[in-house]
Amino acid sequence: MKNERPERYRQILARQFRNNRIAMAGFVVVVTLFGIGAGADFIANDKPLVMRYQGRIYFPVVKDYAVWLRISRWDRQFQNVGFKEFARGNFKQGDWAQFPPVPYSPTEVNLSEPLRRPSERHFFGTDDIGRDVASRIVHGARVSLSVGFVAVSIYALIGLFIGAIAGYYGGVLDIIASRLIEIMLTIPTFFLIITVVAFLPQSIFNIMVVIGITNWPTVARLTRGEFLKAKSLEYVVAARAMGATDGRTIFRHVLPNALAPVFVAATFGVASAILIESTLSFLGFGVPPSTASWGSILSNARQLLPSAWWLTAFPGLAIFLTVTSYNLVGEGLRDATDPRLRR
Amino acid sequence: MRSYFLKRLLLIFPTLFGISVVSFLIIHLAPGDPAGIKIEEEQRSGNQLLAAQIINETRALYGLDEPLLVQYRRWLKRIATLDFGYSLRDHRPVMDKLKERIPVSIKLNGISLLLAYMLSVPLGIYAAARQHTILERLTTVLLFALYSLPPFWVATMAIVYLGGGDFWNVFPVYGLQSSGSQNWPWWQQLQDQAWHLVLPVTCMTYYTLAVLSRYMRTGMLETIRQDFIRTARAKGLSERLVLYRHALRNSMIPMITLLADVLPALIGGSIVIETLFSIPGMGFLSYEAVFSRDYPLLMGIFTLSAFLTLTGILISDFLYTLVDPRIAYEKRAA
Repeated sequence: MKNERPERYRQILARQFRNNRIAMAGFVVVVTLFGIGAGADFIANDKPLVMRYQGRIYFPVVKDYAVWLRISRWDRQFQNVGFKEFARGNFKQGDWAQFPPVPYSPTEVNLSEPLRRPSERHFFGTDDIGRDVASRIVHGARVSLSVGFVAVSIYALIGLFIGAIAGYYGGVLDIIASRLIEIMLTIPTFFLIITVVAFLPQSIFNIMVVIGITNWPTVARLTRGEFLKAKSLEYVVAARAMGATDGRTIFRHVLPNALAPVFVAATFGVASAILIESTLSFLGFGVPPSTASWGSILSNARQLLPSAWWLTAFPGLAIFLTVTSYNLVGEGLRDATDPRLRR
Repeated sequence: MRSYFLKRLLLIFPTLFGISVVSFLIIHLAPGDPAGIKIEEEQRSGNQLLAAQIINETRALYGLDEPLLVQYRRWLKRIATLDFGYSLRDHRPVMDKLKERIPVSIKLNGISLLLAYMLSVPLGIYAAARQHTILERLTTVLLFALYSLPPFWVATMAIVYLGGGDFWNVFPVYGLQSSGSQNWPWWQQLQDQAWHLVLPVTCMTYYTLAVLSRYMRTGMLETIRQDFIRTARAKGLSERLVLYRHALRNSMIPMITLLADVLPALIGGSIVIETLFSIPGMGFLSYEAVFSRDYPLLMGIFTLSAFLTLTGILISDFLYTLVDPRIAYEKRAA
């Protein structure tokens, strides 16, 4: 009997979730995808990870970050050169370069190798202007995952705030918030999104914000319900009787208890935000054309079908895998929070 | 009952007001010079004449140089009279253009919705009757997979591999009828149109079906665990009677409320499908409107699609009270 304290709610959820093998598989995929997105520059890049030149060791990929952060500068000999040409032209005996597994950057155009089939040189083939599809997919993961994550964070925060106030205070505030929720639910979200996008310049940031400010009602509705339920429960009454301020009651006491359903909704929300982003990019309203995103690869591929099957198969698979994994995790979380399914 | 209906009907007005405010806000999205920012890009890219024209016409249409309140009153009047001005592209009244397109979209969405409901209900019953069999699990997994497949990808694949003539040329992939079919006898026209609908309707339906059938399944599975079902079984009723008479009716109730959630998604989703299949509906129109920065048209489509959804939600609310009379008597939350 080492653990005298009763299991905390979070621990129960974690245990329930871990017991669910399919949900865990989804979770592993999601974590892997985040790894790929975060390490995209180390997986697919036209710069070497490590290289030895004239007796010195360089780390060009890491250096690139430093340059970007303006804490360092490229040596003059490396300025404005492609490392591949540099290696071919200048390397002597004893010099070497270790490139990432996919030695191409997502924007690297190579007109001498258009529409190549998947091969050892290009794992997922190349597109019509010779860009490596594998590299674009790896970097596209970054776009998809960050859009999903940021957009959902935005609307979860808005929804939590509005829902909490409506549910906790009730009265006029509740009436206003409920009307607002109903209005937003009446407007077809995708129409709203493309209408707003039509008025704004194309950027990933705008996509995140637009998805964020159009999808909060679901979260608000859930939070409001949870707060309504909690308001009359004993622990809330007790907190108030002890003189807790409204802010303290809301944030310290009720909110942590209301988070579970919001978390479930947010996980499904990430899946649908990723779908929305790829759809927008596919239609040409999403990220700027030069940015590698799964939707934009597919949109580019549309004209080149049916001969270039690899241009649709791989990004399609990437979207499917990501969305499925998020949905599986959402499913697992929902089951874990459902007391009737507790094992 | 009647007072509930009346109250529900009166609640439309705040919603309508809200829609008008949201759409008004969208017009004012661009900071500084309204309707500006996006056009600046075009000016830079050398398309100056077009850009200047768009700015001037948009400004004149919405009176963007007047005080905000006057502007809003103008916009409200436009919504109330359904007069959204003239399309910037071909200078036809926006409403005329919409009137041609709305029936197409309603037809497409209606068929898709009907199909999704007609298929998801038996699927739910099946899941309840044959839970834990291999086939039932397979169906559940399949539906889950469908739920994660992007419709635009499925549609692209369908167009390339099932139509278009490069692999199998089974289905037409352009529009809703063959050109020149107006002179055919009616049964041939009907057949032709049905043939054209197969792919777009399939692509629109599978997603809705995946959503609905999941709810139907959980609904049925929850219902058959309840006491009254056990009672019905204990009375010695046949499994058939238990499922169809007792369980089905009770699990249908949430399906009706779901209509309110599914409808906006379906109407919005038709943008992709209509565009890919070149179907002259509202979705395709809005795609063209975004590309040509046809703001009056865009605002018209936006407002009308919200109205259409509102109507759908009202219908579902009324159906809900018809199926479950308890609702009308209770004070409804939200």
